[in-house]
This record gives sequence, structure tokens and C-alpha cells, in this order.
Amino acid sequence: MTEPVTHRDNAPDPAERKAPPRQLTLNVLRYDPRNPSVAPHLQAYKVEEADSMTLFIALSEIREHQDPTLQFDFVCRAGICGSCAMMVNGRPRLACRTLTASLPDESTLAPLPFFELIGDLSVNTGKWMRGMSERLETWLHAQEKELDLRRVEERMDPDLAEQIYELDRCVECGCCVAACGTAQMREDFVGAVGFGKIARFRLDPRDERSDDDFYAVIGDDTGVFGCMSLLACHDVCPKSLPLQTQISFLRRKLATVG
Amino acid sequence: MSYETIVAQAGLADRIGKNRWPARLDILQSSTGLFLALFMWGHMFFVASILLGATPMWVITKFFEGYFIFGASHYWLVSCVVAFVAVVFVLHAGLAVRKFPINYRQLRTIRAHAAEMRHEDTTLWTWQVYTGFLLFFFASAHLYQMLVWPEKIGPYGSADRMWSDGLWPFYLTMLLAVELHGGIGLYRLAVKWGWPDAPREVLKKLKWALTAFFLVLGLATLGAYVKIGYEHRDHYGERYTPSWLVDQQQNNDAAAAPQAAPSGETK
Repeated sequence: MTEPVTHRDNAPDPAERKAPPRQLTLNVLRYDPRNPSVAPHLQAYKVEEADSMTLFIALSEIREHQDPTLQFDFVCRAGICGSCAMMVNGRPRLACRTLTASLPDESTLAPLPFFELIGDLSVNTGKWMRGMSERLETWLHAQEKELDLRRVEERMDPDLAEQIYELDRCVECGCCVAACGTAQMREDFVGAVGFGKIARFRLDPRDERSDDDFYAVIGDDTGVFGCMSLLACHDVCPKSLPLQTQISFLRRKLATVG
Repeated sequence: MSYETIVAQAGLADRIGKNRWPARLDILQSSTGLFLALFMWGHMFFVASILLGATPMWVITKFFEGYFIFGASHYWLVSCVVAFVAVVFVLHAGLAVRKFPINYRQLRTIRAHAAEMRHEDTTLWTWQVYTGFLLFFFASAHLYQMLVWPEKIGPYGSADRMWSDGLWPFYLTMLLAVELHGGIGLYRLAVKWGWPDAPREVLKKLKWALTAFFLVLGLATLGAYVKIGYEHRDHYGERYTPSWLVDQQQNNDAAAAPQAAPSGETK
């Protein structure tokens, strides 16, 4: 294999010369619930854009070099933990999965609505997710009453395992609930994340619950029959989960047992 | 007092068994909406028959009055159809209003949410709320008119209503509200229940194409009635009778009593 010929001694080709980096302006909605005397306000930060910069990196730069009081959450920086969800120009997105190249020169950042505000861009999604999980009992209700570790595990059809895995990819970032018009108006609404989880356990042959049991937890106006099918959940999901088909499937199934 | 109401008042209704009503109400809301939307399409084709001429519209009117079956117009037949549609309409309105923002906080929240999100389906839903709210009043008034005065439906009667009764702004508003509300509603039914199982982009294009078609048809129809109403303004209240029927009536009258004058205007 031959190395391509390069001209290292010359100045860069004018065609390759890059334009000066963009100055990004991030207008961040700031509010500290522990200090209610300071009303929610927009604070502008300027950041020089870098190659492959994500919004998370831009915010980290601001916190490191400009304003250590700016609150926002992150853990994994790779779209896996779901901590850095925020409203970017009016829509929920993961900061770590948002390239600044996809943003205009000036953007507005705000905390996710619906969830308890910790401060600035940081919200307590975990608290709500736990409540939802307990309410819908989003864990395996095993048919086996006694666990026999010596027995060979039940086999599962690979296609079914794949379907379950597809729904298990949810990272509970809260984007679907923040995008949901129904949830904004009705605080007790389960939200797409809850429907996705019910759909996941409904698929699982190891779960002993019947559709009647699922009806008992989401078969009302706070559940699947309250969903108005605005489908913003489906459109904003950072993991591209098939929420539209899952919710309509659940609705059809539970409408027949109702 | 009954056991059920005592338990329900105590807030324990869900503890004595499965409540089937949320599922039933959701199905009922969807099915009444589907019926009304399809009815509106049929209705639009019937009223648009005026574009083919006064006689085709007269034939359709008379068909629903049972004229071709019983040999005479029975307006109560029209009233029965209107009454049925009105019941479905009230049912649908009662079920759909559950989804409306019901206080200032909810209204402010959903307005801000839709404005900031700039998400088409969310915005379309807010249009459905506004148009649905308008239809509470407009459709109710229209249904009442049709229920009580079914005999005034006809090429001249309907046209007089537009021009001489000055109701064309009422019908123009209702046309826009109905076509938007129904079109968006049918699209939402499809994505809500997953049938037809087509990609949303396809469903949405179909929805807009249908809405555009029915709006154009509706506006042309409204224009036709306004034009006829304007030309007919000096004969307000007169009913249309096709020329062949006038000839027939004249022949019958001539056979029975040669001195009798024909009724209605010839065309």
C-alpha cells in the first residue's frame, strides 16, 4: 500500500483553510428554586465553537471557564445515561448528542418542563421515573415462585429477545414526557416512557401479568386512553424508540379487554 | 344510595373491579368522530350537487325527504337524520371536551408548549381545540336550523339562507372549522389506532390533500349558493321546482282542474 504524497513544507492550501470558528451564543434560562427572590432570567454565554463540539462540551466550557454556578447534569457523555436532557430551542434533546454544528449561531437552553427543577438546566427526572416505575410496577412479575438456579434457563426466541431489547434501550431521559402536550396539561399522565415499559413487559413471556393487569395500571385517562396522539414523544426520542406503534398497539389491545 | 355510589363517593370505585369506561369512552370518542367526519364528506358531496345545477341538488333534497319513495315530501325524515347526527355530535363534543385545556394554567402551558416546540402534530391538535370550540356553537346552531326547518333545504331555500338571511359568513366560518377539524381528526384517528398502518408522512400528505379538496369544493359550493341567493333575492322564500315537474303538474292540474295555477317557479 503506497502512502499518499503530501506537501508538509508548504502553507495550507487556501481551499483547505478553514473559516474562523463560530461564536456561539447560548441563552440559558436560569432559576434557582432555593432562591426564589431572583426571578427566572435568560443569561447569555458566548462560546467559541470547536470541531465536533457537542452542546454538553460547550456547557462544560462555560462552567469551567466562565460561570461555575451554572447547573446542568451529565454522567456518561455518550447518550446512554439520559441525564443531560434539556430544552434546546424549544425541543427536548440530549446535550451530549447535540452537535453544536446543528445549532444556529444563537440558541436558547431551558430545563425540561414537567420534572422537579433542581436549578438552571438540572431537573430531577429520577424522582419522577421512580414514581412512575412503582406506579406501573415496571419490573418482571415472574411466573416462577421459587428460583431454581440449577435448572436450565428457559429459551427465548431471538426475534422476541430482539423486540424486548429494542424497548429496553430507553434511557429514561424524560424527553418524551417533556415533549408531550398531554403531560404538560395533566401532571398525573403516565407518558410514553411508561407505555414503552409496559409494552416491554407485555412482550416478555417470563412476566405473568395479563392484559387485565396492564389495564389496571394504564387503562384510564392518566394512561393510554388519555394519550392524545400528538406523537412528539416519538419525534424527539433520542433513542428513536418506536413509541407511536407501541402506544397504538397498547391502545388496541387494552381497548379490547376494557 | 347504592353500594356503587357509596364506594365511588369514597374514592374507592377502582378497588371493586375493573373500570371499563375509560376504554369505552375512548372508543366512543373515536367512533363518533369517525362517523361525523365521514358524514361531513357525504354531506359535502350532497350540498355540492348545486355545482351540477339546481335540479340535481333538488333531486338529492327530495330523495332524503322520501319524495321518490312515498310520492310526497316528508320533512320529518330529514329531521330524524339531523336528530341522529345531533345526538352523535353532542356525544362527540362531550367526550372530546375532556381533552381541552380546562383552566388558565393548562391553556397557558399548552400554548407556550406548542409555540416553543414548533411540532406540527402538536400545533394541529391546538387547531382542533380552537375549531372544535367554534363548532360547539356553529354546528349546534346549524343542526337546530335543519332540525326545525328541514323544508327550507333546497336550491333556493339554501341559497336564500346564504344571501337574504345573511348567513354566508356563518357558513364560511363553519366550513373552515369543519374541514380543518375533521381532516386533522381523521389523521389523528389513523395514528392513534395504528390503522391504516402507513407512514405518518404519507398519512399527513393524504390528510392535507383531502382537506384541500374539500375546502375547494366547499368554497365553490358556498360561492354557488351565494350567487343563486343574490340572483334570487327578490323572490325570497320561493321554492325551486324543476321545469319537468312543473310541466307534469300543469298537465295534472289541467286534467283535474284546468283553471288551477302552477305552483313554484319554472326553470
